[in-house]
Amino acid sequence: MQFNNVTELVNLCETHNFPIWEVMVRQEIHLTERSREEIIEDIEHKVDVMEASIARGDTGVTSYSGLSGGDARKMFDYKQSGKGLSGDFVLEAISAALAVNEVNAAMGVICATPTAGSAGVVPALLSACSKKMDLTLEQKVQFVLTAGAMGLCIGNQAPLAGASGGCQAEVGSASGMAAAAMTYIAGGSPQQSADALAMALKNILGLVCDPVAGLVEIPCIKRNAMGVVNAIAAAEMALAGIESKIPADEVIQTMGHIGQLMPAALRETALGGLASTATGKRYAEELANKREETLSD
Amino acid sequence: MKYNSVTDIIGPVMVGPSSSHTAGAVRIGQVARSIYGGQAEEADLTFYGSFAHTFKGHGTDVAVVAGLLGLSTFDICIPEAFALAKAAGLKVTIKASDELTDHPNTAKIVMRGPAGEVTVTGISIGGGSVQITEVNDFQIRVSDDKPTTLIIHQDKAGVIASVTEVFGRHNVNIAHMEVARKERGELALMSIETDEKVDEEILSTLRKLPYMYKVIHIKR
Repeated sequence: MQFNNVTELVNLCETHNFPIWEVMVRQEIHLTERSREEIIEDIEHKVDVMEASIARGDTGVTSYSGLSGGDARKMFDYKQSGKGLSGDFVLEAISAALAVNEVNAAMGVICATPTAGSAGVVPALLSACSKKMDLTLEQKVQFVLTAGAMGLCIGNQAPLAGASGGCQAEVGSASGMAAAAMTYIAGGSPQQSADALAMALKNILGLVCDPVAGLVEIPCIKRNAMGVVNAIAAAEMALAGIESKIPADEVIQTMGHIGQLMPAALRETALGGLASTATGKRYAEELANKREETLSD
Repeated sequence: MKYNSVTDIIGPVMVGPSSSHTAGAVRIGQVARSIYGGQAEEADLTFYGSFAHTFKGHGTDVAVVAGLLGLSTFDICIPEAFALAKAAGLKVTIKASDELTDHPNTAKIVMRGPAGEVTVTGISIGGGSVQITEVNDFQIRVSDDKPTTLIIHQDKAGVIASVTEVFGRHNVNIAHMEVARKERGELALMSIETDEKVDEEILSTLRKLPYMYKVIHIKR
């Protein structure tokens, strides 16, 4: 059982009447020679890491550079206050996405999904679904395996690194993976998961990677919050029966082509975009000065 | 296919903020420690390219030191590596260089201590994967995804055959091999990547071969 893209994955699911996560486990057994138990145990451990990173971020952390931190705590408190308009599900997703990426910036432990810079999206939607639907550990593992299967389909047809494809390759991919996983866990079919992935990724096509001072903080942390809300919109559309007019694989390949057309200044080099704003440059300069001081200590 | 396993997408579990600038940096430190054969007393780090520009914000410096101390890429103590180094008797200096290198994420580590002086240069190629490009002025290219054995030996006819014979006899297949030497008949270095694990028995057999100076196994 082996798939290289979303079409093959959905076909395998439909032929054998398996959910996406089951096809993922079978391919994994086949290609990595690990047992089903080992694979499940590994994902269970990663679910633990994801949940722990959210919990840590909710308490309020500051980044290693000092450029970011504390916003997940603010969002957490706002959610608890009951003043929010978008409901607990969406607020939990936003707050958890900020939490994971603030912990990442603070040199805390995270699980890259698919990268460190986009590590907040999948865990945040898992957390929101888990709270809303009271998911068991088994269901959480299925959620993550569904996201992982879609991530493999993306990564084998397009880049996942911001340096190659811009932010669309990182947060865009994560958003598509999360949308497909939420669609599955809410009872959608494999084809509906594929549509959710396609719609989520379509919405983020073209997004550049322009980190201030070259650090995974500004604007990366907040873009994870955008990525998870976009995933929710795409999953809800798919669950409502809305189809993507462009198939998932074509959207993925387009993301790769757009990445190739993107100038290097907008691919993680910190030479363009928000990194080259007056304020962005000032942050970078302040950090450089701080570095000089530390070195002369 | 670029990616085979779901673990390539869901994972690695690592300390942030960057798989290349932090997790990869820990890994370079770990491999350097492995090549040194344990803990050095002094380590001089030099960062180049993107490492030189952003090491402070990414914690690349503490990450390399954490690796030199043998910490894993997901050890929560990584941010405290400088204090841990002090307690462990490892003296560290850090320098950023403007010198151009082939790869933007390059770190050079000079280690001194009980095993003499060893210089290791490593690059972080993305997603936490690293390569070692230089050991003691020998240009090599050792990747990180297979068990690797480094052998420093005298440059003599038949030495390579005697080494590969040991691997063959233990049913260990060589996936990639490089040989470098400084001058004919002088010091030479073999780097051997294998499909299978290399156990202590193989290593001690290799150490007993003629013309061997040092046999190092890099743990994954």
